[in-house]
Amino acid sequence: MRTDPIRLWLNAHLGLVYVFLYVPILVLIVLSFNKSGLPTTWTGFSTEWYGKLAGNPKILAAAGNSLIVAVASTLISTFIGTLLAMGMEEGKPNPYLDALVAAPMIIPDIVLAIALLSFYTLLNMSLGLQSIVLSHAVFNIAFVCTVVRTRLKNFDRSIVEASIDLGASEVTTFRRVTLPVIAPGVIAAALLSFTLSIDEFIIAYFTAGAGQGSTTFPMQIYAMIRFGVTPEINAIATIVIGFSFLLVLLSQRLNREAA
Amino acid sequence: MNLSRRTILLAPGLGYLALFLVLPCLIIFAYSLFERGTYGGIDYTLTAGNYLRAGSSLFARIFLDSVRIAGTATLVALLIGYPAAYAIAAAPRNRQMALLVLVMLPFWSNYLIRTYAWIVLLNNEGLINRGLESMGVIQEPLPLLYNEFAVVLGLVYNYVPFVILALYSSISRLGPELREASFDLGGSSWTTFRRVTLPLTVPGIAAGAVFVFVLSIGNFVTPDLLGGGQRPMLGNLIYSQYLSARDWPMGSALGFILVLIMLALLFGQAVFAHRAAGEVEARGVPAGAPR
Repeated sequence: MRTDPIRLWLNAHLGLVYVFLYVPILVLIVLSFNKSGLPTTWTGFSTEWYGKLAGNPKILAAAGNSLIVAVASTLISTFIGTLLAMGMEEGKPNPYLDALVAAPMIIPDIVLAIALLSFYTLLNMSLGLQSIVLSHAVFNIAFVCTVVRTRLKNFDRSIVEASIDLGASEVTTFRRVTLPVIAPGVIAAALLSFTLSIDEFIIAYFTAGAGQGSTTFPMQIYAMIRFGVTPEINAIATIVIGFSFLLVLLSQRLNREAA
Repeated sequence: MNLSRRTILLAPGLGYLALFLVLPCLIIFAYSLFERGTYGGIDYTLTAGNYLRAGSSLFARIFLDSVRIAGTATLVALLIGYPAAYAIAAAPRNRQMALLVLVMLPFWSNYLIRTYAWIVLLNNEGLINRGLESMGVIQEPLPLLYNEFAVVLGLVYNYVPFVILALYSSISRLGPELREASFDLGGSSWTTFRRVTLPLTVPGIAAGAVFVFVLSIGNFVTPDLLGGGQRPMLGNLIYSQYLSARDWPMGSALGFILVLIMLALLFGQAVFAHRAAGEVEARGVPAGAPR
């Protein structure tokens, strides 16, 4: 292999891109352990900002709300989305169905947010965590369906027929044959929808209603950022970053085992 | 029997999307054709006034600002993303996956937090200004935050991983054979890139560009937090029509226009990608891109 100057330049560029991507995140993590909380002066290592977080009932309540919303919308969308994927894979390809399922993934968040708020208001529905769950399920169903479909594409349907020929019912066949094969895809889809839901801000903001009780974690973070730069956000950021990186690594591992 | 089984599988999902996606979108389309009520509700009188107002100077300026900012962010993301994707595609095969995961990893942390990180870096008492001041490079803090520069930077930061992913899948599909053939026939590196690699990766460029542009033009958080409201974009305009001005018909009309822009771009991208594939085929290179 010759060391080509273009190759060197490309690799240097890639290195700089990683610096660009990771420096802001690393700065937040380092600052979260800074006693003064200021970005410019290091006054010693401290976990005091994490302690402040643990004693902040607003943040804890918001985190709890987000967890409820994410779990509920993940359960709904994993169930409905997996069925949808199976139904779509069984029949002839239908471009209209494909477009309908792609729509929630590409429609701008703000448009889905105003559409759902208008819909709920027209129905006189009371807004709160339940309306956020229903709203998040819209895009999550689409993502689950897409992820599970890629898994089903490599699925050998003859084993389903074999199971039915051997006298197993549809339900037994699904439980004992289909599900074990598509399980890694379903779990990866569930992890994806959990992550998307727990991070989602603008749709939740529009459909949460006026009550303080339905503030989600991103809504709380937004309010804190609007209020000003406070060191507590650095601690939140570090926890969120650690948590989401863990989830990604987990789903990576699942994908590798599935492949 | 088989039909009913498929219907049972499809019904919950399609029903859900019909009820919570199609119907709400039809509702805002209908709202966009009505007048705003005196106290902020809907006055059910048909009008084209909202769409006419969208062309008025105030709204037109925000449209142009949004297009310029989203366009700049798209261009910068492509210029940064293309060489990066190329470098990953040229790396040893067993390392490519890890390099890609490393690109996508920051994207999985919360969008608000990634945006907040730039406030910490760019503000007047932030790391960059204080660092430059202490080194004596500048006396006064540079105006890095709450302007168009910060908005573009925030958008590029958040969306460049997607561009790299789209371009990587396009570049890595090429395989080395075509480039080697071009070298053997006497093409320089630059000629080979311009005449072989670049045209063949046009579909990937178009996909990445449309993606960044669509996400940028409808963005709310970045112009709000990094632009400080100085450079409102289409997303902020829809937000304020709905939640501040309480003019839902106007907000709906703007939302509908945003969807039209998105559909036009996606359609254009599909046509463009199709034509690019056709042109390559016409030159005698198989479009199925040899592995």
